[in-house]
Amino acid sequence: MQGNEACVEGAIAAGVRFFAGYPITPSTEIAERLAVRLPEIGGVFIQMEDELACISAIVGASWAGAKSMTATSGPGFSLMQEGIGYAAMTETPIVIVNVMRGGPSTGQPTRASQADVMQVKWGSHGDYQLIALAPYSVQESYDLTVDAFNLAEKYRVPTVLLSDAELAHMRGDLIIPERVEIVNRKEPGVPKTGPAYDISDELVPPFPVFGHGHKGFVTGMTHDSKSNITPEDEEIQEQLVRRLSEKILKNQKDICRFEIINPDAEKFVIAYGASSMAPKEIAMRNPHVGLLRLKTVWPLPEEQILDVAQNATSILVVEMNMGQIVREVQRLACSIGCRAVRFYSDLGGYPPRMSKIQAILDKMKG
Amino acid sequence: MEFEKFFRTERFPHVFCPGCGNGTVMNCFFRAFSNTGIDLDKTVLVGGIGCASRIPLYINSDMIHTTHGRAIPFAIGLKLANPELDIVVIGGDGDIGAIGGNHLVNGCRRNVDITVICINNYTYGMTGGQTSTTTPHGFKSSTSPTGNPEYPFDLAELASTAGANFVARWTVRHVHELVKSIEKALQKKGFRFIEVISTCPTGFGRRNRMGDPAQQLEWLKKSSVKREKIREAAFDHIDLNILGYISIGEFVDRDRKSLGEILFGVEEHERD
Repeated sequence: MQGNEACVEGAIAAGVRFFAGYPITPSTEIAERLAVRLPEIGGVFIQMEDELACISAIVGASWAGAKSMTATSGPGFSLMQEGIGYAAMTETPIVIVNVMRGGPSTGQPTRASQADVMQVKWGSHGDYQLIALAPYSVQESYDLTVDAFNLAEKYRVPTVLLSDAELAHMRGDLIIPERVEIVNRKEPGVPKTGPAYDISDELVPPFPVFGHGHKGFVTGMTHDSKSNITPEDEEIQEQLVRRLSEKILKNQKDICRFEIINPDAEKFVIAYGASSMAPKEIAMRNPHVGLLRLKTVWPLPEEQILDVAQNATSILVVEMNMGQIVREVQRLACSIGCRAVRFYSDLGGYPPRMSKIQAILDKMKG
Repeated sequence: MEFEKFFRTERFPHVFCPGCGNGTVMNCFFRAFSNTGIDLDKTVLVGGIGCASRIPLYINSDMIHTTHGRAIPFAIGLKLANPELDIVVIGGDGDIGAIGGNHLVNGCRRNVDITVICINNYTYGMTGGQTSTTTPHGFKSSTSPTGNPEYPFDLAELASTAGANFVARWTVRHVHELVKSIEKALQKKGFRFIEVISTCPTGFGRRNRMGDPAQQLEWLKKSSVKREKIREAAFDHIDLNILGYISIGEFVDRDRKSLGEILFGVEEHERD
């Protein structure tokens, strides 16, 4: 099965009931498969006029109570940024698949890249946190899509599945588990008297599904818990923005997923997604090379990166961009006095090859 | 207050200027809504960004105040994800006709089951009176101080051509007709588009020698011509809004199968 197809099956297992999409290489197979699969299970597929409409429609569908999703690639993902910020501000659970391709602009529609990793975190204006998961195999395209829905529901946050053109079209085995754990959004009770809308002070407030009598009040403007729009209130803005970030950052342990191979090795590779394919092969064969593979890219698994920086003699970060996560690794490593962070990247659209990474590892101290 | 139950009174005072037509449209909407017997708890009001898009914030139903121009796709997601909900979009000409123009024509084309009320005051009121896609040619705004060099969209004609099931245009002077059209729209299927030409003394009137709201209402009255009369007079290709006429009336009332009827294959819900 293809990575894109595995992603669709994961979404269905997780309970997706609404998909709005716009054709774009290399994500199109996700829309094509869902156009067949969703009507079979009582869900709705719609092709919108552009990606602005896609992101808006899935946020709308989520407020109607449906687990909803869209899939796109670079240019479309750029168009979605305003809507992603809106979903972050309104705490709307949605899943966005970004099948990364080479950029900037139209770039390499059919080749892989990891150049959108920072865009995922910083793409929309304002301070907010979201969750981004990066699969590295067909199996993980399924597993992490399930996780993406569960985390979106649990934390009321837009969650991005960071796939890429390599994974999207790669074929591999998929084992569908017999039981998949599913998380559903919490809904508040409907009060008998008074204004129904009142979000609680919890880090993640319950979600008032439309049509259930909550008289839900959803706005992208600064708002307090009593449906007041308060764009000029310092305190309410401060509280709201802090909470939107803290609900993710204070739950890093629950959100961060990663794989560690050879934890005691002196030489360590840190990679994710397609750029971790070759390092994983190397680490599986050589007990002297460790691998920290990030499945959760945002929020960054800082604790695990610090552990590696503490214990390894040298670190190699492998990416398919000009250096995005490596800067984060350097920041963390430097904070505890570790300066031996090297970087290898391939920008051409193909995942880094084993021989090249091996050659660098051979030169590294360890 | 006759329609107190429809208001989120805790949100008052509202943001509208004296002489704004939004209050009139709200009144007409509540009148029409209460005549239909639709359940307010199964109705979702959707607004984009702008003065008219603030109306949903004062209505005591589920409400979503979205991003600029995108109210229609939000509404489409809501409707398709739960066809039992009645969705009403309220927005201005800038929101629905300019930045959201692509969503308007595609919404009409899809004939998706939502009602869109577009309050056209010929200007961007919230930001202080800039030229809109509907500002009549030659009229002044803060970004066309010597008069609009461009020609406007005729939104009702656009929606009719794009495939909406129901299209009407009235001004805030035509409240009885407006109530009837909203009532009819709320009970139909498919895409229903109602354009209401409204007053903005602060942003539009002031710059065009109609600073007094009454002057702008007079102007709306004087400029409005019933659509049938224009037809009778064989003004077939009259460029409305440009020659100083506002054609009013019901433009389209048809029953093409709606997207909901096609996708879900059954009548969504009975309303007798």
